[in-house]
Amino acid sequence: MKRRSFLKGSMAGAALAVAAGAGLLKPSRVLAADWPETALSTNELDAAMQAAFGSTDVTDSDAVQIKAPLQAENGAVVPIQVSTTVPADKIAIISEKNPIPMVTVLNAGDGAGGLYSVRIKMGETSPVHCVVSSGGKLLRATQEIKVTVGGCGG
Amino acid sequence: MTTKMKIKTGSDGGYDVLVLAKHPMETGNRKDQKTGETIPAHFIQTMVFSVNGSQVAQANLNQGISANPLVGINIKNAKPGDTVTVSWTDNKGESDSAESTIS
Repeated sequence: MKRRSFLKGSMAGAALAVAAGAGLLKPSRVLAADWPETALSTNELDAAMQAAFGSTDVTDSDAVQIKAPLQAENGAVVPIQVSTTVPADKIAIISEKNPIPMVTVLNAGDGAGGLYSVRIKMGETSPVHCVVSSGGKLLRATQEIKVTVGGCGG
Repeated sequence: MTTKMKIKTGSDGGYDVLVLAKHPMETGNRKDQKTGETIPAHFIQTMVFSVNGSQVAQANLNQGISANPLVGINIKNAKPGDTVTVSWTDNKGESDSAESTIS
C-alpha cells in the first residue's frame, strides 16, 4: 500500500516537472521568433540582405559614416561605430568574409538611431559594410579593415 | 552575468547609451583544446532598449559579436529623470537587464 502511494506521488511529480519544462520553453521560443534568424545565420550575403531589408539594392552614400580602425591587431575585438545623418530605421553591420557575414541588425524606433556602436569579430581582412535603411532606401558605407590575427574560431 | 550601463550626453544631441554585458559569445566553431569537443554556440540574440518602459530600439546580435559585447546607441527625445532600461536574451533563454536614470 505504501509503495503504491509512493509511486503515485512520484508520477504526479514527474508530470509537474514536464509541465514546468514546457512552460519554461515557451517564452524563449517567442523571443527567438523576434530574432531575424535567416539574416543572422545565413552564410550568403544576398540572402541576408533580402531577409533583413527585403532588397539587395544599395547605394553608397556619404550620409553613412563608419568609425573603425584601418588595421585591427586582434580580430576578436574590432570596434565599429556607425553614424548617420538620415533618420534610420535599421542599421546592419556586415563583415564580408566572415562565416556569417551579417553580424548585427539594429531596429531603431522613432527615438533612436543615428548612432550604433558594437565590437565585432573578424575572421580575416575584409571589407566591412554598414547598411542603413531610411525611408525605404538602403544606404551603405564601406571600409576595408586589415586583420592580423583572426577571431572566428581556434 | 552582469550588465552595466552608462549614459552620457551625445556629441550630436540626445544621449549615448553604452551597455556592457558580460557574456562569452561562443561561436559554436571553437573546440575545447583538452577534449577536442566543439563548444556549443552561446550568444546574445536580442538587446532591447526602453525609455520609461516604451521600446526605442532592438539590437539583434549573433556570434559575430565580440565576447563581453559593448553596444552603444543614441536616443533622442529623452530628458533628465527618464529611466532607460536594457534587457538582453541569449540563444539559451538566459537573460539579464540593467536600468539607469538620465541625470
